[in-house]
This record gives sequence, structure tokens and C-alpha cells, in this order.
Amino acid sequence: MSRTVTIEPVTRIEGHARITLQLGDGGGVEDAKFHLTQFRGFEKFCEGRPYREMPALTARTCGICPVSHLLASNKACDHLLSVSIPPTAEKLRRIMNLAQLTQSHALSFFHLSSPDLLMGWDSDPVSRNIFGVMRQYPDLAKDGIRLRQIGQSIIETLGGKKIHPTWVVPGGVSEPLSQDKRDAILKLLPEGLEIAKRTYDFFKTLVPKFKDEADHFGTMPTLFFSLVTPKGNLEHYDGVLRVKDAKGNILEDMVPPWEYERLIGEAVEDYSYMKFPYFKAQGYPKGIYRVGPLARLNNANACGTPYADVALAEFHMLQESGPIASSFHYHYARLVEIIYAIEMIERLLKDPTILDTRVRARARSNRSEGIGVAEAPRGTLMHHYRIDDDGLITWVDLVIATGHNNLAMNQSIRQVADAYVDGNDLQEGMLNRVEAVIRCYDPCLSCASHAFGQMPLTIELKDASGRVVDTMTRG
Amino acid sequence: MPLPVTPPNIRAVTLKIDDQDLSAREDETIIEVCRENKIAIPSLCYLDGLSVWGGCRLCMIEIAGQGRLAAACSTRVAEGMEVRTNTERLQRYRRTIVEMLFAERNHVCSVCVSNGHCELQTMGQSCGVDHVRVPYRQTPYPVDSSHEMFRLDHNRCILCTRCVRVCDEIEGAHTWDVMGRGSDCRVITDLALPWGQSETCTSCGKCVQVCPTGALVKQGTSAGEMVKDQHFLPILARRRHAQ
Repeated sequence: MSRTVTIEPVTRIEGHARITLQLGDGGGVEDAKFHLTQFRGFEKFCEGRPYREMPALTARTCGICPVSHLLASNKACDHLLSVSIPPTAEKLRRIMNLAQLTQSHALSFFHLSSPDLLMGWDSDPVSRNIFGVMRQYPDLAKDGIRLRQIGQSIIETLGGKKIHPTWVVPGGVSEPLSQDKRDAILKLLPEGLEIAKRTYDFFKTLVPKFKDEADHFGTMPTLFFSLVTPKGNLEHYDGVLRVKDAKGNILEDMVPPWEYERLIGEAVEDYSYMKFPYFKAQGYPKGIYRVGPLARLNNANACGTPYADVALAEFHMLQESGPIASSFHYHYARLVEIIYAIEMIERLLKDPTILDTRVRARARSNRSEGIGVAEAPRGTLMHHYRIDDDGLITWVDLVIATGHNNLAMNQSIRQVADAYVDGNDLQEGMLNRVEAVIRCYDPCLSCASHAFGQMPLTIELKDASGRVVDTMTRG
Repeated sequence: MPLPVTPPNIRAVTLKIDDQDLSAREDETIIEVCRENKIAIPSLCYLDGLSVWGGCRLCMIEIAGQGRLAAACSTRVAEGMEVRTNTERLQRYRRTIVEMLFAERNHVCSVCVSNGHCELQTMGQSCGVDHVRVPYRQTPYPVDSSHEMFRLDHNRCILCTRCVRVCDEIEGAHTWDVMGRGSDCRVITDLALPWGQSETCTSCGKCVQVCPTGALVKQGTSAGEMVKDQHFLPILARRRHAQ
């Protein structure tokens, strides 16, 4: 008899979700779906508000990556003002973005995913969490907590608050960087880089053990979408859009961020509150693409910093040729990006102009539509606003990093379920692998749905008639 | 310019406030005497230099021998009066009033340009408002951003009428007024024209500076950036009286 397995809530992710696996009569997986179960309505309730309120308002979408929203929103506001912000302000914004990337990637790798990687997918779920890691791998757990603390401290030093700083404003930043603060941040970096390199070296030794997972965790031909510098290197704050296919052919390049609508469309499905963005040229649902660390590294010609470039070269060796296809290697890409972020923060802080006091351009709104695009830890984030003559918001579209990966996540859970789930003998470890492939993408579902509620996820097992015959809920 | 001189026929009275023996001029209000003697009395509508409105009811006090509470801003001192300014009952009432102000409109502090510099927010903190016990009305109110220099957000207005009074009494323009009743009550410019179309507004910004919340703010400010300066008011008010 066919059944549906429901995993609800999906654990160790940011936000609430449910996975349903439809099993056929023989126990094989016939369908798999990733459902986002939250609704928040940011795009609607922002209407009528002054555009200058948008950075602080939209940053409340998330407590993990508020800086990404702050930056994308302020860039959309810069666009509305039609100003070029002072170069020092841009560098300071970049530092904050990279600090956030460091802390967010550390959270994903150490706190959320390392329990699976270190203890195994089938280990006891009671201890398969960060506390279990603290007991069995105390040094690694300390590294993770410290690395996250370093990222958060940099954000706090710059913006006055670890979470939801308001220091980034339309036109630049509200205050220049003082020498004391610069020195304080510089002092943190050697330890951060040491931790990042140590963790990267350790993870490299683990990767061969996960060959099977690397072959089945979202290993599929998709496009890769990200910002790159005009020279095609790794970029997180500005730059141009690049789309590469699974064979490494560049389909779109040097696309200004404000032309994003030419590249992607957004579809809606009735089983999830998350939209389904797709590459327009290939249509829906064929135009599946991935964003985030994996896509950024696949798209970048180089990182541009010494250690990260070595790591990038090693990353490309994970596969014989072409862009890395397995979503399992998001973990690897995340660690490379942490190294890059710390190296780049140091470079920016040592720039002789970083203490310049001219950090804000002032203007009133000079156009009615503004688009801001930045790379959030999870991928490309787009804020798109329209305003009336008085500067009040009339329309908002937030294209969230996690949303871009929606089609890929659905395809990935199907692949993992096909490989590991046996409907005749359902084991917790099988379902944990289904959850784990979602964790590879480090989805932030609160952002992606602009949504209500608490965090976690569920797996449901349904029979052919749609009747729920088994449910696993954790949170 | 000469400053106003106290008329010679004003008598002094003695009274007790929170067990302190004090003397005051008989034409003074209790809130004036309290402020002269550094006795804290909360208020959101009273402002030194403006006429008394008595609308916020946060300065309510207990007077011995009177069952009813009195507003310190609109009650004159009297000989032998015994006043309590901070009893448990008063604290309870004040907290409830502040909660109702938060519940009536949409004061979302975290994204407000006045965050960290807001009298309502400070009042909430000093009254111990860690949550609001009455249901939020959650009625959307409009934002008037038509003025080139300033913005009015009705969502954050507590109808203290400081803007109305300062515009009338100090600037002399009387651009502001109040329209409607109950929860539909709004401050308006001219005859409910958009602020940017007002013919009487001199764009002096006094209304913005005296507004206790983020209802009246400067254009171009981001979250937490609107810091208000009300020091000009008593100086200007004294000079107006001296004329």
C-alpha cells in the first residue's frame, strides 16, 4: 500500500518547513515536496511606509542575516536617491557584509550541520546536535562559537549592535570608522583566519568519507546564479550578474543587477508559501538554478585573496571538470568563503582611505523605482521598490536568496529520498538524510516566506490515496 | 529685551508634595512646582513654554481630601495642600495609559526614526511597560510625506497637540489643528490639506522639535537618527511674553 511520510518540523534550519514523501505500492518514492509553512506578508505591509524606513523594516525579516537585508535595502534606496555613495562607505558596507557572511556560515557549518558530519546520519538524534558536538568535539565546537562571535563582534563594532544595526543608511553609512575600532577589528582577524583554515583543513579530510552523500545530495545539472566582479571574480556586495550552466558555459554575464527581471521569473505553487524563481530563458520549472556559496564559487574565476584562492583551486578538484554539481559541497564552499571573508576584511581595513570621514551622500528621491542586489550568505538577495512622488512605498518585491534554491531543494529531497528512503522499513536516519540535504542549502525560511511562526519541520508518509500513514515531527 | 516680572499682588502658599514642605506662588501649577523642586512627574503633553492642554493624563496626582485624581499640569497649588505624585495607584494608572497609547496606533519602535530618542518610548520604559495588556487596534493610519522638509506619520501620533500649540502660540502661524473624534481624531494642516500644500506653514520646524514621538520628523532621517531639541521653547516663550 502506498503511503506518505511527513517530516515536520525539519530541524536545524532557520524557519519552519515540512517535507512530504509520497511512497508507491512497492515502498519506493513517487514524489517529494518541500513545503514552507510560514506566512509573514512583508511585501504587503511595507506599502505606504517611507522608503527610508525600509532598511530597518526589512532587516526585521531575519535575525541571522539582517545585514544582508540592510544592505540590499539600502542599495535599493541609493538607487532611488540616484547617488554614488562615497568609496569609503562602500568599503565599510563590504566589511559588515563579510563579517555577517562569516558568522552566518559558521552558524550553518558548526551549529547546524556539523552534528551530521561528525556523528553520522544514523547516530542517536538525542545527541546529534551542537551540544553533542560540544561533548565529543569540544575544540571544534569552541572554534565554531568563537568564529561566530568574531563575525558578530565586527558587526557590533561597526554598527553598534550585533543584530539589526542601523548604521548602514541610504547614501552610505551614518558614522565613519574610528582608528580605535579599526584596530579592535584587526586584532580579531588572525584568530578568525586560523580557525577558518583549521576547520577547512579538517573538513577536507572528512570529504572522502562522504562520497556517497556527495553523489546523491542534490547532485544534478542546474544553472548557477550569482554576482561576480566585472572581472568575473568572487563578489558579495556589488558587481554584475552571471549565469553559468552545468557544463560551465556562461549563459549570461555582465548583467547589471537592476536587470534581474530579464533573467528570472517567479512561479507560485499551492503547496508552499515560498515562491519558485526560475531562469526565464528556460521556462518553469525547467529553468532550475542554484545560488549561494556553491554557485558563487562555481561562477567565480578567482577569489582574489591568497588562502581563499588556494582553497578555490582545491574546491574545483572535487570534481573532474565543470562546475561542482553536488549540493553536498555547499559545506565546502562555505568554509572557503569564510577564509575569503576574513582575508578580505583585513585587506579593506588596511586600505589607507578606510578612516575617511566622508561616508554619506545626501539626496532626496530622484527616481520612482529602486533595485538593490547583494549576496547574502545563502545567495543573491534582491530588494525592489516603487515609490510615489512623496517617497512612500507603493510596491515591494523581495527576491530572497533561499527562494532561488526552492526548485533545487525540491529536486534534491527527491534524489535523496530515492537513494536512501525505503518505505517498507522506515528508519530515522533515512529521514535525517532528507533533512540534511536541505541543510546543505542553509535555507532561511523566515526570509524566504516573509513569514510567521516558529522554526522547525516535519516528514509525512502518505499512501497512494493521499492518506497520511506516518508522521515524524521534531523541533 | 526685559523679562516678565512677577506681579506684586501674587501671594506665596505652602504645601506638601511627597512629604516635602514647599512654598510656591499661588498662580503656579503643581507640575511647575514639582519641576522647580526636581520632583519627577511624567507628562507627554505638557511642555514648559506652551499653554496647558491636560490631555495625556500621565501627570495625575493624589490630593489629600479629594477622592478624584487631579492633573498636575492644570491644577493650581493651594495653601495647605498635600500632594502625592507616585503612589502605587498612580503608577498603575500611568502604565495603563502608556499601554493604551501604544495599543491605539502603530508605534513600531524598532524601525522608527525616533527610536532611542522618543519620549513615549522612554515613558514606557520608566513605567515598566514590558508588554501591552490591551489588544492592539492595528488600524492603519496614513503618512503625509508631501512636505519637502518634514514628514507626518499619524501611526505614531499620540494627539498631545504640542504641534498645534507651538505653531499657534510661538510661531503664530496656526497651521496645525485637530480634526475628528475618538480614534479618528487627527492633527491636520490648514483645512486638512496635505502638509506640502499648506499655505500657512512657514517650515520653521518647531512642531517637529516639540513632537514627543516619531510622528513629526525631518525628511532624510533613517531609523534612530531623529534627535529633537526643545531648548529653544522656554527662551522663545519668555521673549513672547515680554513683548
